[in-house]
Amino acid sequence: MAFNYDQYLRLEKMPTLWCWGCGDGVILKAFIRAIEKMGVKQDDVCVVSGIGCSGRFSSYVDFNTVHTTHGRTVAFATGIKMMHPDKIVVCVAGDGDALAIGGNHTIHGARRNIDITLIIINNFIYGLTNSQTSPTTPQGMWTVTQKVGNIDPTFDACALGIASGASFVARESMLDPKKLEKIFVKAMEHRGFSFLDILSNCHINLGRKNKMVSAMDNLNWIDSITMPVKKYNELPEEEKLNILPTGILKEDTKVREYCDMYQDIIDAHQGKRANITQDDFEKKI
Amino acid sequence: MSDTREVISSGNHLAALAGADAGCRFMAGYPITPSSEVIEQMSDLLPKRGGSCIQMEDEIAAVAAAIGAGMAGHRTMTATSGPGISLKAENLGLAQMCEVPLVVVNVMRGGPSTGLPTRVSQGDVRQAKNPSHGDYRSITLCAGNLAECYTETVRAFNLADRFMQPVFVLLDETIGHMHGKAIIPTPEAVTAGVVPRKQFTGAPEDYHPYECESDQPAVLNKMFEGYRYHFTGLHHDKNGFPTEEIETCRKLIQRLEDKVMLHTDELELNEEFMLDDMTGEEGEVLIIAYGSVSLSAKEAIRHLRAAGIKAGLFRPLTLWPSPEKSIKKYTDMIKNVLCVELNIRQYTEEVERVSSRLDIEGLFKVNGRPISPYEIVSKVKEVF
Repeated sequence: MAFNYDQYLRLEKMPTLWCWGCGDGVILKAFIRAIEKMGVKQDDVCVVSGIGCSGRFSSYVDFNTVHTTHGRTVAFATGIKMMHPDKIVVCVAGDGDALAIGGNHTIHGARRNIDITLIIINNFIYGLTNSQTSPTTPQGMWTVTQKVGNIDPTFDACALGIASGASFVARESMLDPKKLEKIFVKAMEHRGFSFLDILSNCHINLGRKNKMVSAMDNLNWIDSITMPVKKYNELPEEEKLNILPTGILKEDTKVREYCDMYQDIIDAHQGKRANITQDDFEKKI
Repeated sequence: MSDTREVISSGNHLAALAGADAGCRFMAGYPITPSSEVIEQMSDLLPKRGGSCIQMEDEIAAVAAAIGAGMAGHRTMTATSGPGISLKAENLGLAQMCEVPLVVVNVMRGGPSTGLPTRVSQGDVRQAKNPSHGDYRSITLCAGNLAECYTETVRAFNLADRFMQPVFVLLDETIGHMHGKAIIPTPEAVTAGVVPRKQFTGAPEDYHPYECESDQPAVLNKMFEGYRYHFTGLHHDKNGFPTEEIETCRKLIQRLEDKVMLHTDELELNEEFMLDDMTGEEGEVLIIAYGSVSLSAKEAIRHLRAAGIKAGLFRPLTLWPSPEKSIKKYTDMIKNVLCVELNIRQYTEEVERVSSRLDIEGLFKVNGRPISPYEIVSKVKEVF
């Protein structure tokens, strides 16, 4: 029997405002299947989104939902999570959202390793505002703010996530919804900051002037720039330059989660344990 | 048993203690002079009570995390100074739009920009009225002595839950760093006065958080308790979902205005110092001041009275919305009016608006130093 999404959707909000052929819907469906697979109650999930096409994600799914200001999802989610360490808190943000205006919150959420799953829907462009350069827009592509070609160097989102201290970092694209579903389950079940770079298409606003006018053209391009990380690791260095590895790029289950560590602070203040010292940490500097 | 206690503390520490006693269980902040002692104190007080206090990566994140905890249903606060409010402005607008209760302590320093970080000012009074874009009514309280750093912060938490919006508590560097004895309510007395935010208890399908009387705030249930709804800074419908429907948009913004402006009687709090013998006769002097300046004003009034000048002080503790009727009453009665502020005309303009008088005298100081009683006495003698 086909999967029934109705229970998790706010059907009265359909159709979505996303364009025909947009990858956001595929990601949304994979997310819902992941929640179903985990068997968690809708009441126990909070979805926090930012501004942009991805920002509307939260209004379509029937959980506790918050549509915040541009780039600030992780910061809002931090307040929610710290008061409810046992609930599932998921942030959905775009590439501009999470990597430009909200870059600082992305970095520090990852550094704290707070148990939030950050889904960055990375379509390489500011879509909702019509084709402005984003931190992941490839150099040389056309944007409305760089009509003779983008010169701004791009961000490797996952490299940022790893460097910032996220304990789970993965990249997938919406080309493979089954993988997407699996990575969502893994990310949400991981206790710590889960950083997901999910590549998606925007044939309307990225593709229209970059020779990817159909969704298929855009998806074929994503296919051409991605490769499972195992295969990627076997590539000669010079061939790695223009490939984004997919799959789990980092998974550290030993590093402690922020709310769990904060419990130590509470316990220390309440006299239930000694003060925290450097001896409590393997990493001293 | 007495419902007050004597403490020796500072203004910033008392604001923190008030939050903890009033049931605040989450604070997020960022270091900034002269308010840092508030989060320093909360970092001890909150975990002791099972709550959380987190230093965020910037001012924006600090207010965002605090609002997040508020959305989840908890009493929450942040503390900062003027530059921090400038950074927090956008998210304060979100909290106004989503109707999330939150207490924001602003310990004012000299501005604009980085200004005078370690010096006193009242330069954020106008900012507190309209920190961000759009139409809504700010609620702003202002402590005028040590004890009020505590009592006004407690009042702010109760008003935030009553009106479902951020409430500013303005301290200034002088009062925030003032250290001394204060008589404040006991924690039991504070707890007894707490009125938690309204909760809907019916069936989830009958719950419409933003469907309320045209002059009442939203009823936002706690998160994770079976009432799933939506927060958005976009114009929204009765369930919190984005809409552009003309009448829904109009009603929402009008309600944000009316929920405050039709209930100013619940907000107004003033001190009338040596005003009871005023009759409107020639030579009487009305001084209007707030915050730490009022301490100098009171001292000045004692000197003026000793010199035969009948002076008195009107001091609003709720700056916004302003106590229009009370200001009008005194400015109608008394001819000589002097506003004393550590800024240039920020509240004087409000007094002019409310009184419809353009002959209000002002004593303004913007060099980072407090106004002394002597300066006020001299000014009164000079202009009246």
